Amino acid sequence: MNDKPHLDEEALAELQDVMEDEFDVLIQTYLEDSRTRIQSLRDALADADSDQFSKAAHSFKGSCVNIGAPRLGELCFDAEKLGKNDQLDQAPGVMTRIEKEFEDVAWRLQHFNQ
Amino acid sequence: MKVLIAEDSDSDRLILATLVRRLGHQVVEVSDGIEAVARFSEFQPDIVLLDALMPRMDGMEAARQIKALAGERLVPLIFLTSLSDAGELARCLEAGGDDFLVKPYNRVILEAKINAFNRMRSMHHALSEQRDQIRRQNEQLLSEQKVARRVFDNVAHTGCLDAPNIRYHASPLSVFNGDVLFAAQRPGGGIVIFLGDFTGHGLPAAIGAMPVAEVFYGMAEKGFGAADILREINRKLCRILPTGMFCCGVMVEADGKQNALRAWNGGLPDGWLVRKNGERVAIPSRHLPLGVLAPDRFTASMDVLDALPGDRLVVMTDGFPESCDDQGRCFGEEGVRRVLAGLKAEEHPFDALTMHLRQFTGRPEPADDLTLCSLEVIAGSVQAESFEKSPESSLSGPGEWHCVYEIRERTLADFNPLPLLLHICMEVPGLRRRSGEIYTLLSELYNNALEHGVLELSSEWKSSAKGFSLYYQERKRRLTEIDGHYIRFSLSHESRPGAGRLRIRCEDSGRGFDIDVQGARSPAKTGPGNGYAGRGLEILKRMTKELTVHGPGNCVEIVYDWTFPDNALGAHDGSDSKREDK
Repeated sequence: MNDKPHLDEEALAELQDVMEDEFDVLIQTYLEDSRTRIQSLRDALADADSDQFSKAAHSFKGSCVNIGAPRLGELCFDAEKLGKNDQLDQAPGVMTRIEKEFEDVAWRLQHFNQ
Repeated sequence: MKVLIAEDSDSDRLILATLVRRLGHQVVEVSDGIEAVARFSEFQPDIVLLDALMPRMDGMEAARQIKALAGERLVPLIFLTSLSDAGELARCLEAGGDDFLVKPYNRVILEAKINAFNRMRSMHHALSEQRDQIRRQNEQLLSEQKVARRVFDNVAHTGCLDAPNIRYHASPLSVFNGDVLFAAQRPGGGIVIFLGDFTGHGLPAAIGAMPVAEVFYGMAEKGFGAADILREINRKLCRILPTGMFCCGVMVEADGKQNALRAWNGGLPDGWLVRKNGERVAIPSRHLPLGVLAPDRFTASMDVLDALPGDRLVVMTDGFPESCDDQGRCFGEEGVRRVLAGLKAEEHPFDALTMHLRQFTGRPEPADDLTLCSLEVIAGSVQAESFEKSPESSLSGPGEWHCVYEIRERTLADFNPLPLLLHICMEVPGLRRRSGEIYTLLSELYNNALEHGVLELSSEWKSSAKGFSLYYQERKRRLTEIDGHYIRFSLSHESRPGAGRLRIRCEDSGRGFDIDVQGARSPAKTGPGNGYAGRGLEILKRMTKELTVHGPGNCVEIVYDWTFPDNALGAHDGSDSKREDK
């Protein structure tokens, strides 16, 4: 496990400042994007394609740190490393944690600043 | 600025595009490498922000293709990455990336990077523009030089540089190095050569060379001697060249009849006369270059060297002795002297000099800025007059006339009346094509009258080298004592259709001479270099219809008939046939 926060409130505030009216669009975009990424992770795992798994995790990690979800980003990094090291046998655990953390983040984002 | 963003994550792309737009730039967004490459050509972005990992074509490959498309244009390429592995980051740069931006994006860093790359881009752009401008200007300069060269060639032409007794090396664009080489046949036979080296290079040198060519060819054709041509070139250059610009030069005149060469060297390396018997005579610079001294202080006095057929003269610009080997050592005038001293029998100094220079510099071709010219003295170089001159465009001109021209006293010493007299005769169209013969007639008459009639010099002296210099010393001295003397030319011309008759009577104030003795010499008994006056009369006899000697031998009259060749009349109706009279 990692001890990073679910949300980086400071980063999110800055994003809100930058995006202005489009902040909500950004959040919805991120959430949709993330669901696609989680699906690709699942597919890669089902296919036992560690390279694809690692790449999907890497991309997901990038958007998580950008949006201000560091804990989810860190979990993605764990998944990326497993893929790279060809240790997909240990991946289902990380996969579960990613999905759980994503639900958490999604709920928090939707209620951010409300 | 135009910024292309290629990023497959929708949310990341949205954030980045918003940040970049906020900085005031125009943005195009794409979500994979293939699209990035496709939009690059059409959008022509100034900066590309590129995600390293993308579906279809990843950032590395897109970077390579974009760099190839950009060609010489500098388009900064910044990788977007959350890569933490140093090796991966290095690969991004190897693929052509100029920098990377690590997620999460920080707008302060983003702005700083975009600005930094914009500065680099503008600088690169400015440098490329300047480089292209220099390239264009250089191309223009070269094409202008080619045009200028053609104009120059039309003015300077090659004269008689292709004569069999002349050899030379000159770079095709030598006039832009300041070197000029002209050679002309004099109307009565003989050759004048001028080799010049202008200070400076490029257009100024070429422009300065232009009037020199005009003066040289114009005057040589009219029968002026080398000294007169030199004086005129100097006068002209003094007037037109800015201070500090001048022309070093060598003028050589070979008249081929008197077995003498006259040379003048102002500022060029020593010229050399290499005699057939191996003897070498230097022709050092004794004068300031042309265009330095005001006309009244300029001296065109020429060194007179006796020279026999087979003797060879070489002259060069300073590019020759200044040629260097790969260690930067110069060939030097000493090198020239060594080569000439080591000449084998029958070896041509021109060949020897070019061969040794080639060996010395180690380059197959001599450098661009040197000119080397050699002239071989040939027997009786009164060459058949070229009838290749442009056909007469008009047959009109004076046909019936008479004139008397008399020069007296000091003028006998400082003035050459031949060009003027030739000019008068050349007004008659039928004589124009015979300028060489007319010049020979006039000069034989004049030289006989001056040297033997007025100055009473004996042509016997010129048969030995010692007598030769005595002859010229005496000539110079006696020219200072000519009070009361004169030479009078009477010229008459009458014409019939297509033909005419020129009478020239030349009378001098001398005591005359025993014409029977002098005139009776047959050419068979007269070896080369003997009996100039006798030979002169022989030439006159051969060329004219009648030759009469009046009084005590101080008045010679000749009658010269001419007819128009049929085809020259044909030139009237536009035919450009140039066949010789049959």
